[in-house]
Amino acid sequence: MFSTEQSCWFVRKVICWRAAASIAWAVLLLPPITAVFIILSRFSFLHPIHTISECLSLLTSASAIFSFILLCGVILMVGFLNLEYYTVIPTIACSKIALLGQLLHPRQFVSSVVHCIMGIIVAWCCAITIGGRYETLGYPCIQSDGSPQMCLNEYQLILLLAGAFVGFSHSLLGVIHNMNYVSFHTVQQYKYLRFKGSLPLVVKCSAIQALYSIRNYIVVYFFLGYIPRAWICKTLNLHLTSSAHPLDSIAGLLDLSLFYHLWISATFLLFTWYITLLLFRIFVTEVYSFPVQSSFTEDAHQCLPKVLLTDKQPMILKFLALQDLALLSQHSPSRRCEVFSLSQPGGHPHNWNAISGECLSLLADLTQRLVAYHDTVATNGRAKSLSTGSERKTSSETSVTSGTEDLMSPRPTLLMKTPASVFARSIVGGPQSPLTAPFTPDLDSPFASPALRRLTAPVEQCSPWHGTVQSPHIMRRAPKLWSTSTDSQVNGSFPPSPASVPSPKQEASKPSLLAQFLQNRKEQVLHFVTDQNYNVILPEASSQALFADSQAHIWALEGLSYLVQASFSEDHFGVVQTALPSILSCMLVLQEAVDRHFKLPHASSKPVRSTSSIGDSTYKTLRFALRATLKTAIYRITTTFGDHLNAVQMSAEHRKRLQQFLEYKE
Amino acid sequence: MCSLALFPPPLPSGQTTLCESNNELLSGTSTEDRPKQVRFTAAVLPLSLYFPRESLKLHSRTESSSKAAFLDHSETLWMRSAAAWRDGGLTGLLTEITNSHTEVPKWLSVSSGCTLALLRWISSFHGSLFPHLTLSSEDMIAEFSQVLNWSDCVVRAFSWHPHTDKFAVALLDDSIKIYNPKSATTPTLKHRLQRSVAAVQWKPLCASALAVACQNCLLVWHVDPCSLSTRPSSGCAQVLSHPGHSPVTSIAWSPSGSLLVSASPVDTAVMVWDVAAESCVPLQRLGGGGVTFLSWSPDGSHVLASTPSTLFRVWETRMWTCERWPCVKGRCQSGCWSPDGSRLLFTVQGETVIYALTFTDAPGSPGIPTGSSKGPQAAAVVADLSETTFNTPDGDIIQYYTGVIFSVSFNNSSQSVSVFSGDPQAVDRPAIIAVFKTRTNPIFELLPCGFVQGEPGAEPRLMQFHPNFQHGALLTVCWSTGRITHVPFYFLSTGVPHFGLSGSPLLPRLQERPSAFANQSLFTELIS
Repeated sequence: MFSTEQSCWFVRKVICWRAAASIAWAVLLLPPITAVFIILSRFSFLHPIHTISECLSLLTSASAIFSFILLCGVILMVGFLNLEYYTVIPTIACSKIALLGQLLHPRQFVSSVVHCIMGIIVAWCCAITIGGRYETLGYPCIQSDGSPQMCLNEYQLILLLAGAFVGFSHSLLGVIHNMNYVSFHTVQQYKYLRFKGSLPLVVKCSAIQALYSIRNYIVVYFFLGYIPRAWICKTLNLHLTSSAHPLDSIAGLLDLSLFYHLWISATFLLFTWYITLLLFRIFVTEVYSFPVQSSFTEDAHQCLPKVLLTDKQPMILKFLALQDLALLSQHSPSRRCEVFSLSQPGGHPHNWNAISGECLSLLADLTQRLVAYHDTVATNGRAKSLSTGSERKTSSETSVTSGTEDLMSPRPTLLMKTPASVFARSIVGGPQSPLTAPFTPDLDSPFASPALRRLTAPVEQCSPWHGTVQSPHIMRRAPKLWSTSTDSQVNGSFPPSPASVPSPKQEASKPSLLAQFLQNRKEQVLHFVTDQNYNVILPEASSQALFADSQAHIWALEGLSYLVQASFSEDHFGVVQTALPSILSCMLVLQEAVDRHFKLPHASSKPVRSTSSIGDSTYKTLRFALRATLKTAIYRITTTFGDHLNAVQMSAEHRKRLQQFLEYKE
Repeated sequence: MCSLALFPPPLPSGQTTLCESNNELLSGTSTEDRPKQVRFTAAVLPLSLYFPRESLKLHSRTESSSKAAFLDHSETLWMRSAAAWRDGGLTGLLTEITNSHTEVPKWLSVSSGCTLALLRWISSFHGSLFPHLTLSSEDMIAEFSQVLNWSDCVVRAFSWHPHTDKFAVALLDDSIKIYNPKSATTPTLKHRLQRSVAAVQWKPLCASALAVACQNCLLVWHVDPCSLSTRPSSGCAQVLSHPGHSPVTSIAWSPSGSLLVSASPVDTAVMVWDVAAESCVPLQRLGGGGVTFLSWSPDGSHVLASTPSTLFRVWETRMWTCERWPCVKGRCQSGCWSPDGSRLLFTVQGETVIYALTFTDAPGSPGIPTGSSKGPQAAAVVADLSETTFNTPDGDIIQYYTGVIFSVSFNNSSQSVSVFSGDPQAVDRPAIIAVFKTRTNPIFELLPCGFVQGEPGAEPRLMQFHPNFQHGALLTVCWSTGRITHVPFYFLSTGVPHFGLSGSPLLPRLQERPSAFANQSLFTELIS
């Protein structure tokens, strides 16, 4: 939960209220959904009027009201989990082993257990409302010897277990499909219209997902169903009737009405949860309008420039601030005017300086990250081994890196930003932030892929940002020095998990059978961990991970370019002109880096679009959106200023590049 | 209100309109007849093109009939059903089952036949509400396209690049050619899915992207302007499709280049595409039975969306809410926005007048959607293009009948409007292009300029203004003969109009014309 020192004003005042409103709406929507569920689950074609009157009497019964209260509790819990686990920057597993690490993360484990329990509760409510043979877990029966006793009603058991299974698979799929990722839409719509527009998709997704889950569940129950049945019988002291045949047989499972009830219950469960998630997404991504400047000093920390600048904050605040910036720069001349205004005593353009400075540093971060990635990744799209990677890093004195340094030189503070800080920043300080922490992989964990760790590691001596004085001869010799010890290197780059592999030193002293066995195990585990199939960086995933937070960059680009465009006619004090050279060179350097990145294989391959999943896959295409936005932003500036740009000071290389844009040849 | 009767009489036949200068449309029989000064500036004009119909390789047969060329391949019923489901959906599956009644159980074929009949009955009921739904997709494109006689036209779509001198031409053989005066190569774009092109449009603030509205999908080509390749591979094209959203008859890019909207007469939703992410947001509004024509205002604040019934909508693009505008007579055929986005001219099928709507933007109110509360209450008539007769110098009487005003368009500096009207049903009455001058100060008026006439026997099919022609305005006309010509209008786009009507500087008056109508105050305005 949010401890007091970490929760900033925004989370307290805005995000919590938005989450509460979304949960309230979800609870309000529960009665109609339940009514539809009851009608669908009990409808019989032969007695339609009888069914309806039965449903009406059921809706007013005490058990229905009790189960309804339980369902409300489940919705509250789901909404709370949404608030707790949501993130605006998706966690992208760069390798299969990293995905496994995410799935086995303790937080994820807690979430799975909670989902299982909630699934059982919802299934119990479903069992109560469907009634009939599902109503109770035990029923009195007469054994063969004539003594009366309680028997197990397997129909309710199978429904309850189905709820648990669907809840569990929902939480697992949530990790795989990044269901906790909240994306921002390019098309702004009112909340009601957006909800109405996504409703058919939610119905379709929940029905299809429920179908798949129930199919899997039936297979699992067929093979393993006797275990929970025996356990329940033992703990609750129930008996199995010999007369009714068990359900984990082919004949028992080939019951169409049972299948229908399982499916409709799972659909109901998933639908209520998806609706809660959808409402949460809609409410939390709503545009928040920050004041550009405030006349009261106590509100100064809520103003757009301050909000953009502060680093210790939830990422959602920064995203909403950037979204607001992009929108105000497009649509609102009066607020643009405030951005271009000068401070009253002193006459400094503080607002513009803060906004443009933050946007530029965001873009420069991305440029550095791209350059670092490009240097670590071989041209075949896979992570190089350590030696070749570092060799490449040192020797690649390309124009991009020099361009970055050109850009950095007027802003010495940015020089300090090593790739380590870039990555640490992009995942919001990892464990400190409770908002985005849950699914970010621990970079120190053994599951993290080596290349990612290399990117986040502090810059070594040989990086181009530190020791650029090394002669090329030494660098060319570097791989030879490294190549001798491949074994140690493997150990170094992939430290085995401490849990699964015991320390090798203890066994080394006594060469016994046990040691031999453990050594073999260790090699197997090592082989598994280093296996190409498991720990190879999925090239596209790593490219996705690189651009995971690019929505912020897209807004920064849009905001900057629209502001610069507007400044052509609206900027009376010429505050934008001073920053124009740095904005242009920043964009051009980024353009070059992005172009280089898209030359990598796999970077330009399109991801498969999945329409039948509620998980948002916007993050998979963010890099394309960034590339398009970047080009449009540069064109927006060049078309507005035209030949006036020739008067702007910039390096010859950038001027050449800009000329291409002026002639529409990019 | 301006009417055709105020126009200068049309040219004698055989004369072709060459250019405009000093508020006169100069004519001649060939390009050499242009006045010298005009010929000087004519050097910067893009080339005229000619696509004779015979040069195009047409599809000798349609896609479906190629089945007959192959041996009958007996597949199992299961395979055929799967294929039918994939190709034709539920209807296809039911038809397949009904047709193969020898292989399936009788009850199945009978029940599927009944279901099919029921479906057909329901769809016919739906079709009686919206008659256009019964058309085939080719006919639908022809009906709602901005091109007169689309199905028979050699040039099916045309688009100027918004910033440079290049343009794209979609031809009858489903290929698209890109002409750039600065490069020797003319890339030809062909794609398997590029069939029945209804519209093409270049992406603003981008050098390479070209959106194409096709029969089954949208294509966005990325044609590198520096590439020397004449046949870009189909890998350069992004395919955007959404179930139920075909045929696409109209597309419009946002002027900021970030979004693309597309419309289909079958789909009641307007699709807003984020092209880079290949994702779309449907803006669903019931009523109208579909969307036929889209036009994004140049300032990016509004989108016109017309429907096949007597209704059109104007969307504001900040929160994507819309206003409904019911028409009295027919559907909205075409519309165009003035360059500042404040004025919408539109035409209605069945009426020979041009209407104008004025949108007053409320500056500095970000929350309030513009146009919804402060928008106009009714459209005003600004021009009447009903039937007129002219006495030619030879004594003939030419009757101008304007059946349908097909399209209107503003030029970039809002100084002229050209209107293109014709009747696809009336063969004996040729389509005409009338050019108006506009004046926005103090009130919005349309003033007559003249008729643009092609070579004998050529009818205009499609017209578009060059978006940024430095010397004034450049009207590009595609003719029924397959010729594409450009008619320049020489005026200073930034200059103040000297005589109220024409601001043509430099050129001395070639002949003194009694320009009486220059001072006439005949042109009333009906805008409050």
